[in-house]
Amino acid sequence: MDGIFLQQLVNGLTLGAVYGLIAIGYTMVYGVIGMINFAHGEVYMISAYLCAISLAVLGFFGLDSFPLLMLFTLVFTLTVTGVYGWVIERIAYRPLRHSTRLAPLISAIGISLILQNYVQLSQGARQQGVPTLLEGAFRFSIGDDFLQISYTKIFILLAAFVGMAVLTYIIQYTRLGRMCRATQQDRKMAQILGINTDRVISLVFVIGATMAALAGVLITLNYGTFDFYAGFIIGVKAFTAAVLGGIGSLPGAMLGGLILGLSEAQFSSMVNTDYKDVFSFSLLVLILIFRPQGLLGRPQVVKV
Amino acid sequence: MAMKKGILALAISAALGVSTTAYADIVIGVAGPHTGPSAAIGEQYWRGASLAAEDINAAGGINGEKIKLVKGDDACEPKQAVTVANRLVDQEEVVGVIGHYCSSSTIPASEVYEDAGVLTITPGSTNPLVTERKLEIMFRLCGRDDQQGQVAADYIIDRLKATKVAIIHDKDTYGQGLADAAKARLNQRGVTEVLYEGLTRGEKDFNALVTKLRNLKTEVVYFGGLHPEAGPLVRQMREQGLNANFISGDGIVTDAFVTTAGGPQFAKGVLMTFGADPRVIPEGKAVVERLRATGYEPEGYTLYSYAALQVMAAAFKAVESTDGVEASTWLKANPVQTVMGKKEFDTKGDLKVTDYVMYQWDDQGKYHQQP
Repeated sequence: MDGIFLQQLVNGLTLGAVYGLIAIGYTMVYGVIGMINFAHGEVYMISAYLCAISLAVLGFFGLDSFPLLMLFTLVFTLTVTGVYGWVIERIAYRPLRHSTRLAPLISAIGISLILQNYVQLSQGARQQGVPTLLEGAFRFSIGDDFLQISYTKIFILLAAFVGMAVLTYIIQYTRLGRMCRATQQDRKMAQILGINTDRVISLVFVIGATMAALAGVLITLNYGTFDFYAGFIIGVKAFTAAVLGGIGSLPGAMLGGLILGLSEAQFSSMVNTDYKDVFSFSLLVLILIFRPQGLLGRPQVVKV
Repeated sequence: MAMKKGILALAISAALGVSTTAYADIVIGVAGPHTGPSAAIGEQYWRGASLAAEDINAAGGINGEKIKLVKGDDACEPKQAVTVANRLVDQEEVVGVIGHYCSSSTIPASEVYEDAGVLTITPGSTNPLVTERKLEIMFRLCGRDDQQGQVAADYIIDRLKATKVAIIHDKDTYGQGLADAAKARLNQRGVTEVLYEGLTRGEKDFNALVTKLRNLKTEVVYFGGLHPEAGPLVRQMREQGLNANFISGDGIVTDAFVTTAGGPQFAKGVLMTFGADPRVIPEGKAVVERLRATGYEPEGYTLYSYAALQVMAAAFKAVESTDGVEASTWLKANPVQTVMGKKEFDTKGDLKVTDYVMYQWDDQGKYHQQP
């Protein structure tokens, strides 16, 4: 294994971890209500702005220790973005729960347009940026080449995997998680057994938004720049990751994200950057041909 | 019901508003990316043209009529550019257009203006095709990418003496055109690029590409594209320990480039080709100072946009009408005095003299002309 391969591995992992975090939102919402949340990319975009606002305010008060900055920023961004997730469900999904399946899809697209234009009007259309907080990098020599990993990347990998682990724990081992899983398996039955499924659905939107917000903070730290349209491309990629891993499956979303990130990095390294998306989508098509339910998805069983 | 009446009243007043302005004023469109990732350039266009309109109106307007500017926002999207062009021509009834910016927008939009006979002057579209389609009404106040790419390529060979050059573009008309122009000149002078690849506009992660550049021991990266992609690309190069020279064109002439690069510590040392700084031309001194007094630094295309409206006004005055074809014929035969000095156009609508020079960003987030 040479330095280049390792470097690309790190590139792909950081990219993939972030895709995975956003994919969680798509997959969980699909799991409980069987619909795609098309406003999810915009939720991520909002969180990037919130992160920048929080950093600016904290900077204004003279706070400059990285752990404290991160703590406050994460708490603020995750909370407020969670509220956005809750509001989206309330406005675009709940009133339409018993109408045709297409209606909430359209209303979610509407919400996504509203959020884009609202941010553009209130924050301006220019590219926004945050200052670099964590400078420096580890450097390892490998033969006549080297592997350089910035501290920011290490922080991203750590934070993303901790986020995923915490979420997995919540879903697998807590009462809250059991309620989510029950609602996912059979909403009507869960309701009969006394679970407030409306609240669970709200909660799933909030969890999805929180994970997107974590991704938003990490991406903002890593690339330092974003605009009101930033949610679109990354939303499409994360959605692809969710489908690749099996939509509705939580580990599937994380795996799908990592596979997508790694394949993009290795393909641009070995072949050509122009066609990395072509490669990713071909991979998706191939997987769906042989496993229509995605890598870790359960096949749909029609109940009789 | 009350609400319906309100909407009706609003609609009527809006319709009246449009019709009255169309009779009293000369309406000129300022088309470009007023929103979207390149909105910083749209602001330069609007600031420059607004001040010019103010000054021309204060001096009596054009043929006794006042100029009224309207925004046309294409967000650098070719599809939207055509829609905007049609709106400007049909609804706003413009007689002239300052715009657009992205060559991929200017090219399709100019077909609409040609059909309507609307004089069009672009302050910043540099793709050769803009003026190479035998349109009668199309002019440009900047240079062309074949000239710009050539200047950059010569600089790479003569000044940087580099042989391992990587060429990256953003797959857009402007970016790829510029990259191809530089590539052609490099190849002509015997330098073969080590890599020629395109990235996707709107993405932020180019780490995989950067690792590849590092592996090829690249000495110079030439980038054809705009600042939203150039910034992260430079930053990721530096973060991965690749200290190769980074050269781009007029697509990064805005301080938003420093923002997207994550600060001056990353943008420092980046080179770019652009016309000789219009802010130091004596004719434009007063205008520069007035713009600075409003707290706006007239960087990039601000003065180009001011000059574009001056050129348009001069042509309309000379032919005593707002006919695009007549004005065009006059412009191709007569020089015009602008804030950027005397400008003369050839029969294609290109400037007779262009002067691309190399600039470098410093560690304060400012750029300076290279000696």
